[in-house]
Amino acid sequence: MESITSFSRRSLLKQAGGALIVSFAWGVSPRALAQTAVAAAPGKPVDPTEVDSYLAIHADGSVTIYTSKVDVGTGLATAFRQTAAEELGIPVERFSVVEGDTALVPDHGGTGGSSGIPRGAADIRKVAATAHLALLDLGAKQLNRPASELTIEGGEVIHASGQKITVAALVAGKRLNLKVNPNAPLKSIAAYTVVGKPILRTDVPLKCTARHPYLQDFTLPGMLHGRVVRPPTVGAKLLSIDESSIRAIPDVRVVRIESFLGVVSKDEWAVVRAAKEIKATWSDWQGLPGSEGLEAFLRQAPTQSDKTIADKGDVNAALSTAQKQLTATYYWPFQSHASLGPSCAVADVRDSGTTVWSSSQNPYGLRANLAKVFGIPQEKARVVYLDGSGSYGTNGADDAAADALLLSRAVGSPVRVQWMRQDEHGWDPKGPAQLHQLRGAVDASGNILAWETQMWLPDGPQGTRALAGPESAGIAQSHGQGAGLMTLNLDPPYPVPNLRVVSHHLKDTPLRLSNLRAPGKLANVFAIESFTDELAAAASMDPVVFRLRGLNDARATDVIKRVTGMMDWQTRPSPNPAPGEGNVRIGRGISYVRYKQAENYVAIVVEVAVDRTTGIITVRRVTCAHDCGLVVNPDGLRNQVEGNIMQTLSRTLHEEVKFDRSRVTTVDWSSYPLLRFPEAPIVQVSLIDRPDQIAFGAGEAASSPVPAAVANAVFDATGVRLRTVPFTAERVKAALAKA
Amino acid sequence: MPDYKFRVNGGPVTVDSWDPDQPLLYVLRNTLGLHGAKFGCGLGQCGACTVLLDGKAVRSCLTPVKQAAGHAVTTLEGLGTPEKPDVVQAAFIAEQAAQCGYCTNGMIMTAKALLRQTPHPTLDQVKQGLGGNLCRCGTHTRILNAVMRVSKA
Repeated sequence: MESITSFSRRSLLKQAGGALIVSFAWGVSPRALAQTAVAAAPGKPVDPTEVDSYLAIHADGSVTIYTSKVDVGTGLATAFRQTAAEELGIPVERFSVVEGDTALVPDHGGTGGSSGIPRGAADIRKVAATAHLALLDLGAKQLNRPASELTIEGGEVIHASGQKITVAALVAGKRLNLKVNPNAPLKSIAAYTVVGKPILRTDVPLKCTARHPYLQDFTLPGMLHGRVVRPPTVGAKLLSIDESSIRAIPDVRVVRIESFLGVVSKDEWAVVRAAKEIKATWSDWQGLPGSEGLEAFLRQAPTQSDKTIADKGDVNAALSTAQKQLTATYYWPFQSHASLGPSCAVADVRDSGTTVWSSSQNPYGLRANLAKVFGIPQEKARVVYLDGSGSYGTNGADDAAADALLLSRAVGSPVRVQWMRQDEHGWDPKGPAQLHQLRGAVDASGNILAWETQMWLPDGPQGTRALAGPESAGIAQSHGQGAGLMTLNLDPPYPVPNLRVVSHHLKDTPLRLSNLRAPGKLANVFAIESFTDELAAAASMDPVVFRLRGLNDARATDVIKRVTGMMDWQTRPSPNPAPGEGNVRIGRGISYVRYKQAENYVAIVVEVAVDRTTGIITVRRVTCAHDCGLVVNPDGLRNQVEGNIMQTLSRTLHEEVKFDRSRVTTVDWSSYPLLRFPEAPIVQVSLIDRPDQIAFGAGEAASSPVPAAVANAVFDATGVRLRTVPFTAERVKAALAKA
Repeated sequence: MPDYKFRVNGGPVTVDSWDPDQPLLYVLRNTLGLHGAKFGCGLGQCGACTVLLDGKAVRSCLTPVKQAAGHAVTTLEGLGTPEKPDVVQAAFIAEQAAQCGYCTNGMIMTAKALLRQTPHPTLDQVKQGLGGNLCRCGTHTRILNAVMRVSKA
């Protein structure tokens, strides 16, 4: 069933302010023009095996990089500019980046899992190296010198004799017509002059002066505003609507497709009000287990698979012989991406083709999914990425794209949809809850004798995630519940002779799942590194000494030694024998990770003050030592590491998605609070640059040791072990009272 | 439809609105094309929509257009340009105090109002002053450094 009602249309806004208004219309930046040009550059290749797909050297000497990887404020685009500039010998200032336009960029993957640097920048480097070789050949012909005698510096092909020609003149705006050569010789890292430098981001001055072209600011001629009225409960069906309830709001059209209910108007405030005020009757629905007592639910719900990740020795036998066996259960709640700006999209559905402007981290993936769900041929669908609010995984962006498409198709005009706050908190796909049960023992000399991790998590079928709008509209689609690589970092990084690690994957999930920063790893490292501390305390050993004994990788011990030096770590067991007088107790905690067991080495030390009267944890200071191999941009890296730490403090101390039997109930910033400025600790980051090692990404790694470092510090301060996130004041107070 | 007259970034404007309670945010963004202020929550809880009303920081998502009538509104566009940024904007740029930047408008406008009242705030005063503004990317340290850079200047 599809119905559209038009209210009498009348002019909403007179021409306001006359000529003065014109002066408010700022020029659109060249980047925005490149991103939003309705007609793609004719014939530009997007084949990921072609150099011209990634790189265009223009006649004016500027260079454009085209990539399916997107920046979202991480600084990735700057790292790409540096990587290409370094390899090509063209000044970095001349580079700009076009991201995520499926009509213009090659598909070399979406953005996620900290793959932007190790895969994305590695691709750009090979492309630039191939182009470098071709430019030398072109120069050789032009200058009549052997290519082996030429170099490229400052955008010029140069011969030792002083002969030279600019790259721009050599290419003359033409295409290179080359396949990417995976074996093209790469510039020696020892000769780097651009990679490794804190090159400033070009988007920051624009963001600080309101000139950055955000998706939320994007408009098209004739564009209408839309809002979607989401069901009051997750599975409710729309029974009826009373359109007279919004008759006082001018010029609003109601779109109903089965249980999908939307409102559209030229005027944004009109649809905001209409979405809020429209009277609709929905069926009752109660199908959620409720977040209260979800720990028990996770243990009891049916599983679809149990995966043994590690199994050596005999854990049960070893535990039975141990003097003391430790058992502990850790719980990580459902959490939201909680993007500061609710998800947004603009869709323009026409017979000639459908274009969607989106901040999706995976524009090609979104295009494929929209094409499939809406039955549009891939070649007639285009997704154009524009920066939105930070997403940290798959937030509501893809869903908003489907909403805009549904509405544009229904009304025949371009439609912009921005979700309201309760939509983002209530309907973004969530990072799953996880439950960890650990058993372990140490021998008389404090060696780990046995270790068992069992982890339970909501899961579901593989495949593409279902989109909220099409689901309400009754459109057939797949219902994949991928949340990322959830089982990495489940086993301890320390030697254990008797080890068993098992993950239990539930058949179903109460809430739709997606990848949320450091998926799985955050909760896994919380459990593993907290339990390591429990074992150290059981052995009456200093937590750093306990860890260092088992590590024989110099990069691991380096980050631990570096971070403990930064915090002036005193060697002694926890709890702190002198935590302070009165109600406020001071403690320190350490946590270490080798991210994904194969990438970055990170160690974090946290100092906390715990108020025993209020239960409030004040994180006073965080120190971090970070080794991700070669550092591409130390300032961009530092910004990412700082952000990881601060965001994860917020997730650790405050964040839990709560739901009753019907709906998510934490739908604003008071019920789902974030860390605030008065709580911001001193954060000190030390970067270990290893130019001889692969450059890994830094979008996630530093987040994963944060929760255990806080829990370990609270234990040091109070002797109380926190095993349930978030560490709210009430929870801490209750734990202290029980101790 | 009633007209509302006020000043925006130094110049007079006249806008009309079918609803006197339409928040200033939508008038700025859609009628006047000023995109500095961002929609974050519509509840006054996050600060992304902050503008100055007669020099004081207000949440434009909760400020009805009728309430702006007769007053002076300053938006992020009104402070400075990438080529010639205002002192607070310059400090944010120097500290690279942004990731996604969606909250940046609120941070700069709130800091602007704070610094107007207290030209040399302590770190603690800055933390309290920005206590109602949310940043999801975790750029707090850099934002504090940026405001303190102005405080110490």
